[in-house]
Amino acid sequence: MTMLADAMAVAQGVSDPELPMLTLADLGVLRDVREEDGRVIVSITPTYTGCPAMDTMRDDLVHALRNAGHDDVEVRTVLAPPWSSDWITEDGKRKLAEAGIAPPGEARQRPPGPVPLTLALPVRPVRCPRCGSPDTGEVSRFSATACKALRRCRACREPFEHVKEI
Amino acid sequence: MPIDRADGTIPHGTPDPRWAFGTGFEDPLAGVDTSVPSDVDGDDLAIYCLMLGDDALVMSHRLQEWCTNAPEIEDELAIANIALDLLGQARLLLTRAGKADGSGRGEDHYAFFRDEHEFRNVRLAETGRGDFAHLIAQVLVFATWRLALLRRLETSRDPVLAAIAAKGVSEVTYHRDYAARWAVRLGDGTDLSHQRMQAGLDAVWPMIDELFAPDEVESRMAQAGVGVDPAALRGEFDEVLAQVLSSAALQRPDVSPLAGVSGRTGRHGLHTEAMGYLLAVLQSLRRAHPEGSW
Repeated sequence: MTMLADAMAVAQGVSDPELPMLTLADLGVLRDVREEDGRVIVSITPTYTGCPAMDTMRDDLVHALRNAGHDDVEVRTVLAPPWSSDWITEDGKRKLAEAGIAPPGEARQRPPGPVPLTLALPVRPVRCPRCGSPDTGEVSRFSATACKALRRCRACREPFEHVKEI
Repeated sequence: MPIDRADGTIPHGTPDPRWAFGTGFEDPLAGVDTSVPSDVDGDDLAIYCLMLGDDALVMSHRLQEWCTNAPEIEDELAIANIALDLLGQARLLLTRAGKADGSGRGEDHYAFFRDEHEFRNVRLAETGRGDFAHLIAQVLVFATWRLALLRRLETSRDPVLAAIAAKGVSEVTYHRDYAARWAVRLGDGTDLSHQRMQAGLDAVWPMIDELFAPDEVESRMAQAGVGVDPAALRGEFDEVLAQVLSSAALQRPDVSPLAGVSGRTGRHGLHTEAMGYLLAVLQSLRRAHPEGSW
């Protein structure tokens, strides 16, 4: 296996610190792995600007790559284009659902011009990851992390988390 | 567990499992190309980034003061997350400032080691803490203005500023909607909630004119296609506020704008009394332990 292929495999195996059932690659946070003059350069993008897990992700990537014998590692932050929940892979969505977290639906594209004001709470058809019922409601816009909302299923009465569409 | 060096320091850049988020990663723009476009004035760009960064930092601090004080757990989380978004924007913008002026100063320098007259935030951001309705009025005005600004900044000729803005738009859209929904709920609620929401609006309204008055650096940056002329945001701002006020059965306050001193306002480092107290809380720990690491 070439050095780059190995580094890529290692980087793709690193899991997300907040959603450990997913890899950074599943989440769409891992943007690029390349090699320049023997140095492994990994690019990641934050889900939210204030995401406090960025430093942990960098740490984890550097650790994993060093443990695999890649001593010269650089982790870069990429801001543009901004992360979208659409970048979560199909595999990632399946893993989320299996862990009891409702995966995001398709993110809405913002039309050009001023951003319209939304006074009504947005209604989204989110299925309960436990019983499959579509009869669910948002309890809190934020859950354990900024990228998830807390919802409750009205059919099975269980609370669950939902990765928001952005 | 790695063995520390004999002098007790941790080798720079070496991840240490004792630290939750590691050490040696102090640069939120690590690996981002931060060169300044050749025809853009780096000093002006730095000041402009400080203005937008200070707005976010100081407003975030005001929101953080609500932690454990919000009326409901959902709002506790919402307010803390709005504060976190703005802190994230502030970190990137302050870091951008240190790269643009060539000084290499980091976010911590700007946040903790500048004095009051060096902060460039609009005075709305520092407005002292009132009741929940006051906070909602403050966030509504701040987010409506900032969203209009960030949306235009997405096409900035500075690619770093454009990227920070593009990321911020979806965040601040939520901040504005959150505050607008509460303004409607309180304004169109009971007599008491209506009265307090109206009082909150009345209290922040004098700070609004300042948001749209360009200072010299803003004008030059707007002319260079890097920044946004704040005067151009007024139409969109007024339209959104009118929508919220009418849905909330609130009156547009009829109050005089807060005057500056000899034409100087927040953008020039002139602040209200509240700012000194805010900075004392924000900076005292860091200044007491300037070499501290956490």
